[in-house]
Amino acid sequence: MSTTEQRAVPAARAKAVAQPREGGYFLRSFNNSLVTILVVVIALLWSIPTFGLFISSFRPPQAIAASGWWTGLVPPWQFTIQNYVNVIQANGLGQAFINSLIISIPATILPILFGSFAAFAFAWMNFPFRNTLFFGVVAMLVIPNQIALAPILYWFTQLGLTGTYAALWIAHTAFGLPFAVFLLRNFFAALPKDLMESAYIDGASNFRTFWTIIIPLSVPALASLAIFQFMWVWNDLLIALIFVGGNQSVAPMTVVVADLVGSYGENWQLLTAASFLSMALPLVVFFSMQRYFVRGILAGSVKG
Amino acid sequence: MATVARERVAATAPPAREKRKFSWLALLWIAPAVILILAFFIYPLIQTLIYSFQNADSTAFVGLKNYQFVFTDPAMLDALRNNLLWLVLGTILTVGLGLIVAVLVDRVKIEAIIKSALFVPMAISFVGASVIWKFVYDYEPSGSTQIGLLNAFLGLFGIQPQAWLTNPAFNNFALIVIYTWMWTGFSMVIISAALKGIPDDVIEAAKMDGAGRFTLFWRIMVPMIAPTLGVVTTTMVINILKIFDVIYVETGGNYGTNVVAMEFYNQLFNFNNYGRGSALAILLTVVVVPVMIINVRRMRREEQGR
Repeated sequence: MSTTEQRAVPAARAKAVAQPREGGYFLRSFNNSLVTILVVVIALLWSIPTFGLFISSFRPPQAIAASGWWTGLVPPWQFTIQNYVNVIQANGLGQAFINSLIISIPATILPILFGSFAAFAFAWMNFPFRNTLFFGVVAMLVIPNQIALAPILYWFTQLGLTGTYAALWIAHTAFGLPFAVFLLRNFFAALPKDLMESAYIDGASNFRTFWTIIIPLSVPALASLAIFQFMWVWNDLLIALIFVGGNQSVAPMTVVVADLVGSYGENWQLLTAASFLSMALPLVVFFSMQRYFVRGILAGSVKG
Repeated sequence: MATVARERVAATAPPAREKRKFSWLALLWIAPAVILILAFFIYPLIQTLIYSFQNADSTAFVGLKNYQFVFTDPAMLDALRNNLLWLVLGTILTVGLGLIVAVLVDRVKIEAIIKSALFVPMAISFVGASVIWKFVYDYEPSGSTQIGLLNAFLGLFGIQPQAWLTNPAFNNFALIVIYTWMWTGFSMVIISAALKGIPDDVIEAAKMDGAGRFTLFWRIMVPMIAPTLGVVTTTMVINILKIFDVIYVETGGNYGTNVVAMEFYNQLFNFNNYGRGSALAILLTVVVVPVMIINVRRMRREEQGR
């Protein structure tokens, strides 16, 4: 009974986001169109900065330096893709994009894999100190990564791992684990008990139950988690700076773009195209999977 | 109800899960996660604590000298003060604006579009956002064409252009605005979900009793979503405590914008001072301990209900 209730709560929350029902108790008496205008203005205010960078990235260098991007909106238009060509070819942004992918994909898959193994055991197996260990993981949720960076930097240097992809794979996997275990364990524990019991009675091993029952049923939770972890790794600057900062051939986009700001501070055209390239993939992921993203945020917000 | 169901199951077949006591195999399932968490959380916690009592290259113990530096050095005091400003203002702005927008969009038909617009910055890295806002804040000397949106806009009203990111009078505020732009969408989405969870009859009953708009808002809605507001606020506090990327990209911690996490990076990476860097990391961790305790307590309570 309590398990079904737990399961119903996230579902109801997600549904509330997905299909806004007739709300507005508070402002019912306000003029409807006035409120609409107000929120549209807010939404525009929020969008203009990004839109400005987007327009700038297609303007010729001399135009960017000489006039505001908004002047480029009126004819005669002189848009160009030269900035993108330049940063990809001359400034190593193409390589950085590939580096970001090489870093992010394993650093997304590994914590989810290890996290779901552990979550399964925490939810459905009996072993000594099970709850103590799980509470220990929950406690790690809010620990700042900064605490680990000095000792781990020391060890990675000793082991010759600094400046390699592996350093970032390991670090991001470890840093992502508490949240992965927390989120998945709660999801797994809320799955109907009968399902598990009938599988055991049928003689299915833990391994089979995990792959044929738990994982297929948990696709929404796994998707939310994957998006989160991917965005987190893709957008990370600090960990990449510390562990591979000096090695440009391995550095992800965030590090390269941040360097561009420092060294090319006034070469606006490169900066615009470079940073837009770095945002492209997360934005595509965001718009195509917004539903899972929001669901993940709602599930994860318990951690505060 | 739950007990009845359980007894019925027990009558027909013994509950399989209860029979599987102490499966040592389970340790294999948790091993990768537990080992990594031990290596990247527990061990570093102890090691960093030790470093924080040692000198720059961890060759000798120096007592509390690193902490003394953190709490007395004038530059550090600046960083601590900035962090406090960030915590207070950043949290109020993101949670406050998130609440206001959540209440407002609840009313409009194009709710989904508005929400997306506010939410998009969450997908962008702090680095990307910093570049976006570098363009908004760009400053050219008075008299020349302003290519930054803010100065150009203010110029329409005859206001002199300002160096938003380098003038210590307001650059911290300018940086906090960037954070607000990024994270308001987050609090709005969570608060909005909580608002929709308030039962209609509660609102209707309050209205029947003659509650006005503001009574309804402050006496009914805000108290009913108080737990959610608490969660969002703690999330923001934890986030802002570690704020680094924006400052690294925009000012590098110069012009009076330094914060603890920026100084941590400088000490560890630029000055190779493990002692001071570690003392700063310990400071960041100590602050989150209460949140950690609250989390574990709540989890424990939920477990007992299960």
